[in-house]
Amino acid sequence: MAADWSRVRADFPILQQTVHGKPLVYLDNGATAQKPRVVIDALVRYYESDNSNVHRGLHALSMRATDGYEGARTRIARFINAADPAEIIFTRGTTEGINIVARSFASLLKPGDVILATEMEHHSNLVPWQQVARATGAILRHVPVLGVDAEGGLDLDALDRLLTPQVKVFAFTHMSNTLATINPAMELCQRARAAGALTVIDAAQSIGHMPVDVRALGCDFLAFSGHKMCGPTGIGVLYGRRTLLDRLGPTETGGGMVVSVDYDGARWKPAPERFEAGTPNIAGAIGLAVACDYLDRLGREAIARHDNALGQLAYEKLSALPGIRIIGPRGGRGGLVSFAFADVHAHDVVTFADEDGIALRGGHHCNQPLMRKLGLTSTTRASFYVYNTEAEIDVLVKSLQRILKFFGGA
Amino acid sequence: MSGDLSELYQQVILDHNKRPRNRGKLPTANRVAHGDNPTCGDQCDVYLRLEGDRIAEIGFDGSGCAISQASTSLMTTQLKGKTAAEAEALFQQFHHIVTTGEAPEEISDLAAFAGVHAFPARIKCATLGWHAALSALHGDPAPTTTESHTD
Repeated sequence: MAADWSRVRADFPILQQTVHGKPLVYLDNGATAQKPRVVIDALVRYYESDNSNVHRGLHALSMRATDGYEGARTRIARFINAADPAEIIFTRGTTEGINIVARSFASLLKPGDVILATEMEHHSNLVPWQQVARATGAILRHVPVLGVDAEGGLDLDALDRLLTPQVKVFAFTHMSNTLATINPAMELCQRARAAGALTVIDAAQSIGHMPVDVRALGCDFLAFSGHKMCGPTGIGVLYGRRTLLDRLGPTETGGGMVVSVDYDGARWKPAPERFEAGTPNIAGAIGLAVACDYLDRLGREAIARHDNALGQLAYEKLSALPGIRIIGPRGGRGGLVSFAFADVHAHDVVTFADEDGIALRGGHHCNQPLMRKLGLTSTTRASFYVYNTEAEIDVLVKSLQRILKFFGGA
Repeated sequence: MSGDLSELYQQVILDHNKRPRNRGKLPTANRVAHGDNPTCGDQCDVYLRLEGDRIAEIGFDGSGCAISQASTSLMTTQLKGKTAAEAEALFQQFHHIVTTGEAPEEISDLAAFAGVHAFPARIKCATLGWHAALSALHGDPAPTTTESHTD
């Protein structure tokens, strides 16, 4: 079914408001996406009629909650084409997912082993690996990005040199939250596998914006957040290949993840429960499954075409502004654009744009090492989603022109 | 442009942003402190040459938005020649201005920052340089961050 983009906007109650007297132009989707009515309704319905704890009770509500929660796991497995729902671990978000993998790896790494990341990783796919490297004596290396504006993407020639037999794990982002670079994830996984390394994909920015098929990608682990794909906050997923999950120990222990406990010890359940100690975010999982339905109705190939076209159009229209520097690829970019002006700081841009009802992000985007490499301290980012329109890019351009005029004339 | 926005970006702020005073590393400094605003990556170094209890010279370096740059620049013009106690008192006044929007007339240019109070997210921008200056005065060894202060 071809999506009727003009009707999508009506699905999102929050977009029907004005901010500072102007229609809301929400361009901060890289940070979090808005929620369609169906997801909000699913949360309300769960709390109004099914709320109970999972996997513990034998009463009707507990069984309904358990069915909803486990049904969500199955739905999400299908969403990313996992072979088995047991490969879907519910987390709070991408950050927790990567931390679980990184901490689990700690027991498998020894001094001299190499953890490979890239220079474009979000702090959440960098700092956990720094911690593991410190704890184990493993060495953390980074695949360089090419070009003064990082327009060249990852240095794939360098990757050949970096993928030595010492590399045990290669962690990389599917799509950069700052550069809009879409990495060739399938190729990266193939090369890593050939070198004997496991792969961890940060799919936070890609999951809601393009088809993500873990078996086609050939990755070992993949982490994402629900809230960037129209789902609730506080729910995310760590996908891991079954055979690997069963080899990893838990990172948190307590109720719900044990087979049996005595005063001196306990035995763990297999994945996924092994990694889900305590009462999970049941409503969040159910809402996330409904978000999967919503995105599949729009069609993920179609969403990718829509979002990337807006990213490219914004890139072209913003390029005409005086004194602007846009980082990331010139073409083939994802649906966001990050830019800096020579004489106006990102904070001031965001404050002015807010006056025009436009929500932007200004700052380092949890990408400090990359920003430093590019000689920047901050950029302004506009990131697009299914409800954004070409007309909103014109509103953005007009607002930026006004800002430049104000500071230029000061 | 709305009234709030023109209140925020006063002429004196735009002027200090464009032509910052006392900008640059102070070679004669005997105190220095670094300030970070981790939310946005703004940072500044404040250099002091203390003579006894008095700020004989002051300079700053760093990067940030118009509000943080102008605030730090203006601060340097106000703190030069002040004792530590006077500097503390001036910061209290400044803090009151940016958090309440109330500005007593006698403290002149600092009153330009009264408009910040309508933009709570920007209060940290306005106080970054001040926090660094006070750290330098106190001789705090660790870099200051806006996250460790309640504003």
